[in-house]
Amino acid sequence: MDVWSSLMDGFATALTPMNLLYAMIGVLLGTAVGVLPGLGPAMTVALLLPVTAALEPTSAFIMFAGIYYGGMYGGSTTSILLNTPGESSSVVTAIEGNKMAKAGRAAQALATAAIGSFIAGTIGTALLAGLAPLVVQFAVSLGAPSYFAIMILALLAVTAVLGSSRLRGFASLGLGLAIGLVGIDSVTGQRRLTFGQPMLADGLDIVVVAVAIFAVGEALWVAAHLRRSPLHIIPVGRPWMGKKDWARSWKPWLRGTAFGFPFGALPAGGAEIPTFLSYVTEKRLTKHPEEFGKGAIEGVAGPEAANNAAAAGTLTPMLALGLPTNATAAVMLAAFTSYGIQPGPQLFSSQGPLVWALIASLFIGNLLLLLINLPLAPLWAKLLQLPRPYLYAGILFFATLGAYSVNLQAFDLVILLVLGALGFMMRRFGLPVLPLILGVILGPRIEGQLRRTLQLFAGDPAGLWSEPIAVVVYIIVAIVILWPLLFKLVRRNRPVPASVVPAHPSEVLLGEDDAIQADQNSTRIHHNSHHNKEKP
Amino acid sequence: MSTLATGLKGRAELGVALLLGAVGVLVFLDANGLVTPYSKSDPVGPKAVPFVVAGLLVVCAILLAINVLRGGKGEVEGGEDIDLAHPADWKTVLPLAGAFILNILLIDWAGWVISGTVLFWGSVLALGSRHYVRDGIISVALSLATFYGFYLGLGIALPAGLLEGIL
Repeated sequence: MDVWSSLMDGFATALTPMNLLYAMIGVLLGTAVGVLPGLGPAMTVALLLPVTAALEPTSAFIMFAGIYYGGMYGGSTTSILLNTPGESSSVVTAIEGNKMAKAGRAAQALATAAIGSFIAGTIGTALLAGLAPLVVQFAVSLGAPSYFAIMILALLAVTAVLGSSRLRGFASLGLGLAIGLVGIDSVTGQRRLTFGQPMLADGLDIVVVAVAIFAVGEALWVAAHLRRSPLHIIPVGRPWMGKKDWARSWKPWLRGTAFGFPFGALPAGGAEIPTFLSYVTEKRLTKHPEEFGKGAIEGVAGPEAANNAAAAGTLTPMLALGLPTNATAAVMLAAFTSYGIQPGPQLFSSQGPLVWALIASLFIGNLLLLLINLPLAPLWAKLLQLPRPYLYAGILFFATLGAYSVNLQAFDLVILLVLGALGFMMRRFGLPVLPLILGVILGPRIEGQLRRTLQLFAGDPAGLWSEPIAVVVYIIVAIVILWPLLFKLVRRNRPVPASVVPAHPSEVLLGEDDAIQADQNSTRIHHNSHHNKEKP
Repeated sequence: MSTLATGLKGRAELGVALLLGAVGVLVFLDANGLVTPYSKSDPVGPKAVPFVVAGLLVVCAILLAINVLRGGKGEVEGGEDIDLAHPADWKTVLPLAGAFILNILLIDWAGWVISGTVLFWGSVLALGSRHYVRDGIISVALSLATFYGFYLGLGIALPAGLLEGIL
């Protein structure tokens, strides 16, 4: 069956009134939760996972499609109207978006974000539909050695490339891998890290881990540093754009999409790099350079499109290879697994109708977002004013409910609290959360592929590089790992002005953390004093 | 910031290194205690990967300790509602954790409607709301709504506990 007819079948499934209703509920829930401060798309999906648990898989994934894009859109609304974005992919949107809102152009900023997200999401989903089957064709030829190599690459790339401190990234990865080890070893039946506790034998439920680290950790962390002065929220009417805004937005939308999708689809994906690249490009190409830094619409249109295109791109390796590259995809992979469905090359043949219904609902969800959210924007803005005690008590309440409803045992809540405390500690000491989540979900898979490989080659380690793709991937892994070393060598061989040479040798490796932190602290302090002036 | 304060902050992060090291040693000891005869169908065995993970954790622990002693610092996470200008407010966090623990202790015995009410009401109070009656009503309403919502809508029977027969 070719892509087109499969996709049409997908639409036929997704467009039944009941499934359309689920898509609608998904979009509304996703946006509502995504708008709430402190809740990113990954957390939105994790918190809403139990709600979908009772549905049949197709309806559940149709709802997921809506939640996924809805959570994404909600995040951008927050960053435009509030300025201090919770997730890193919205940072760039906030730069110009919040300036626009402050200059009384919130309606246009929200409109260009919504329409740009729609266009990027639609193009991205179309690329996903076209590309995923090709990736699958390529992927079925891959054996265990190649999978092992690709998964190692994904883990290392996410750990080493993203985030400001590689060391802290690897620390977080190690903790995630350790959590992933808990439970009965599937090959030998040995109990690992269960400490004689029978309830640990099945391993830690990824939903519980994700909800603990994202939601409970975040709620505790915010509680410790709750802003006592109310934030200034910019009131907004119905988003709209004038002719001039359209003329200035459409090219950034397309360029942002072109940046976003490939980065999302790569194993080291993520939306941070493409949103930033898009911002820099728009700043360079704009005909209104004087507006940049004061609220240029191009600076919202481009990065928002890049963000959503990256979100669509992320689904390509997730569906075709079973390889999640960001937290949201990791949680979605967990959702697939909980239905007994294994994403990967076989998915398209074994669960074809489901996958194509999911892809079709991504298109539908995108359109629904545009239709629903443009008129509802003022309502979403009101959600931002929800009193904070209710918001964070609510997060804890629903996190508990969600984690408990998976297995109905109080023991899961103990795990939730312990890992929530871990999430708190990670936020306090700057350990990135993403490597931990990917470690939990990819660790057992990597171990499985490793053991399968060595089983095939009767224990000969040479089996690990017996496939050409595996060799290529290992070379990329080596480059990723050695990159900072190479960079350092190049810098050392070049004559450097004395003032640039750091006083302390460790600062070459580690100094960047402090610089970034100092920078953030100063902006934040500035930000706070600004608000204090407005409302003592 | 005074040098003493920075020194103290640096020392707090050493706790992270300690935790990493402890988890690493734990993973190592646990894997080392596994007894598995060599099998041709599984040449890697259940120990190899835990050993690698333990190694990674211990190496990270050592490097992090060195980093912290040399003045490295993790980047504290910010966010919409986070004000890092004031120090961690344990008077909010500990009661919040208390409400959470109370829920764990109560949920199987007293049932979700009671324990959920305690959780939400306790959390809201811990987070600084002072509308006791209104918060209480909201808590009961939320717990009842989720109880029936999960039962009727999703077919998940949350424990009724003490209120068995009434609900």
